[in-house]
Amino acid sequence: MSVTYIDAIHQAQLELLRERDDVFLYGQDIGAFGGAFKATKGLQEEFPERVLDSPISEDAMVGMAIGAAISGMRPIVEMQFADFSSIAFNQIVNHAGTHFYRTGVPVPLTVRLPCGGTPGSGPFHSQMVETLYGHYPGLLVMTPATVSDAYHFLKESVSLDDPVIFCEHKFLYRWLKTAAIDPEGLPLGVARITRPGKHATVVTYSAMVHEAVRAADRLSEEGWEIEVVDLRSIKPLDLDTVIASVARTGRLLALGEAFPWGGVTAEVVSRVVAEGFHLLDAPPMRLNAKDTPIPYHPDLWASHRPTPESITQSLRQLLNL
Amino acid sequence: MILSRTLESKLSSLYKAGKIVGGVYLGTGQEAFSASLGCSLKQDRDIFAPLIRDQAGRTAFGEPLIEATQTYLGSALGPMKGRDGNIHRGRPAERRLAMISHLGASVSVVAGMLVARRIKGELDGVVGATSVGDGATSTGAFHEGMNLAAVERLPMVVLVADNQFAYSTPRSRQFACKSLVDRAKGYGVAGTEVDATDLLACLETVLAAVEAARRGEGPQIVVGKLLRLCGHGEHDDGSYVPDKVRSSDLGRDCLERGIEQVVSLGLAGAQEIEQWREEAASEVQAAVAQAQTEPRPDPYRDNWRAYSWEGMEP
Ligand SMILES: Cc1ncc(C[n+]2csc(CCOP(=O)(O)OP(=O)(O)O)c2C)c(N)n1
Repeated sequence: MSVTYIDAIHQAQLELLRERDDVFLYGQDIGAFGGAFKATKGLQEEFPERVLDSPISEDAMVGMAIGAAISGMRPIVEMQFADFSSIAFNQIVNHAGTHFYRTGVPVPLTVRLPCGGTPGSGPFHSQMVETLYGHYPGLLVMTPATVSDAYHFLKESVSLDDPVIFCEHKFLYRWLKTAAIDPEGLPLGVARITRPGKHATVVTYSAMVHEAVRAADRLSEEGWEIEVVDLRSIKPLDLDTVIASVARTGRLLALGEAFPWGGVTAEVVSRVVAEGFHLLDAPPMRLNAKDTPIPYHPDLWASHRPTPESITQSLRQLLNL
Repeated sequence: MILSRTLESKLSSLYKAGKIVGGVYLGTGQEAFSASLGCSLKQDRDIFAPLIRDQAGRTAFGEPLIEATQTYLGSALGPMKGRDGNIHRGRPAERRLAMISHLGASVSVVAGMLVARRIKGELDGVVGATSVGDGATSTGAFHEGMNLAAVERLPMVVLVADNQFAYSTPRSRQFACKSLVDRAKGYGVAGTEVDATDLLACLETVLAAVEAARRGEGPQIVVGKLLRLCGHGEHDDGSYVPDKVRSSDLGRDCLERGIEQVVSLGLAGAQEIEQWREEAASEVQAAVAQAQTEPRPDPYRDNWRAYSWEGMEP
């Protein structure tokens, strides 16, 4: 038996519905149909009052969840694709994000965003949106790269009083498996050293963690030991673990699947430079997707985002090879 | 209505004297419509999400006067502690929502508060209400929220104050239907229209809508026809409003008309009304004076925390 990333998300929601009367799920096609990715399969059958199909109204879906959250509920909103959360942007950043600071009343809301590219999905079903939400005060942004993190983070999202943007990577849904979910999760706010090393640090998150590990495996054949740090959440961002890693390796590659202008990789580089400049033996590097919309064709798509090849190439440059 | 008008004219003076930083947005001419909603809702259970022209409705729904003056004058002791200002105020825990500026955003939030009550089995006898202007009905948020409320058949009342202009934009550049009440049909909800310069008509129509929602008849749209008798904000003289519109029936003052109605029904005499005005003036004076003596927010004391979670460093 093995558990996939999407199984973990399904399992977490099932348990949340069973454990807490205040949890409900809201999203398009999530009821009898079980959701576009089957993350809610069978849940409406067990909880007909708490698994609700929504109209195609992303703004109102989040607005509705905000209202419910300030009335004692713990809603989980499923966006069919993260890309469509652009329609809900206002409610998320201006309403949910500002509410606690303005009124003292928290908004315990979770928005699940199926993010990231899969071959053939094209410009509007592939985007990474964590940068947008990370930019705004008041929102926590989780970007799990492992099955166990997906499970524990989703459960933790619901128990937190703040709005959580839960970025789940579609590429990992069925591809990523583990024998069993770790009974103990790492706490929120702590990055993980996925692969220890000593010659360079790759700081990344979400699906790119796995691509970075592949690149590190290749370079290990040549004797290079690359450390891979999985941020796990981009807000909070665990700079301590990053700085400690850079202190060991002296070299930093910030890696992400998002567009290159600004974003998490820029944030990581700027913070490391500001707080750990003296630790760097080489200029820090960034590797992101290309600055174009995400192309449809699998051949174009595969080159749009960082790959083990392009990550390896960047690391060679970083190592002055 | 008298209290609201008195407060708002004081706020206008304070603004013009430079004592209020930021905007001042008044509901002059819209008091009857707004107050009718505040009076029709039950303060112990209903939900109210007011918008910019709802001072009268806020007061009628029980918002203490001091919360208005504290927020306008930036008192650290007010509901928003200086973190937000003017009409962006409320106490959500008391079911008085603190509007964000983005028009139309309150519709779905009120719907969600009702959905929460339904899931918890606490919806019986509760009504949620919000108000918008004619311009706000053009937003996607308004449409999405109305449609969602209709799908869920929620006990919700949405007041649309069709005051002929959205800032300077006339209704002809805002929508092409004859009346905004036509929208109700499209959403599959009840819709009524009222001369919002007529206090008695407003009371009757709005109360009927609130009671229909309470009885389980689903969302209700009430469109009030009127004219805003002030600028968009106190920075604006409203010179774009043609004289013809000003002097039409739409431009009648609901407060003057309301007083005539009250007098002619024998509910109060001229002397009593004069007394109400005096009481209002002293209440407003006291609320302004108190807010002015209260401390301003201190940047060194604000905890600068946008998160409730302790793990998030400020
Ligand atoms: C989404 C959005 N766009 C623009 C504005 C700027 N704005 C504030 S009030 C206003 C006019 C609103 O008109 P209406 O809804 O008719 O209400 P009224 O002011 O007439 O009461 C505008 C354009 C805003 N607050 N929200």
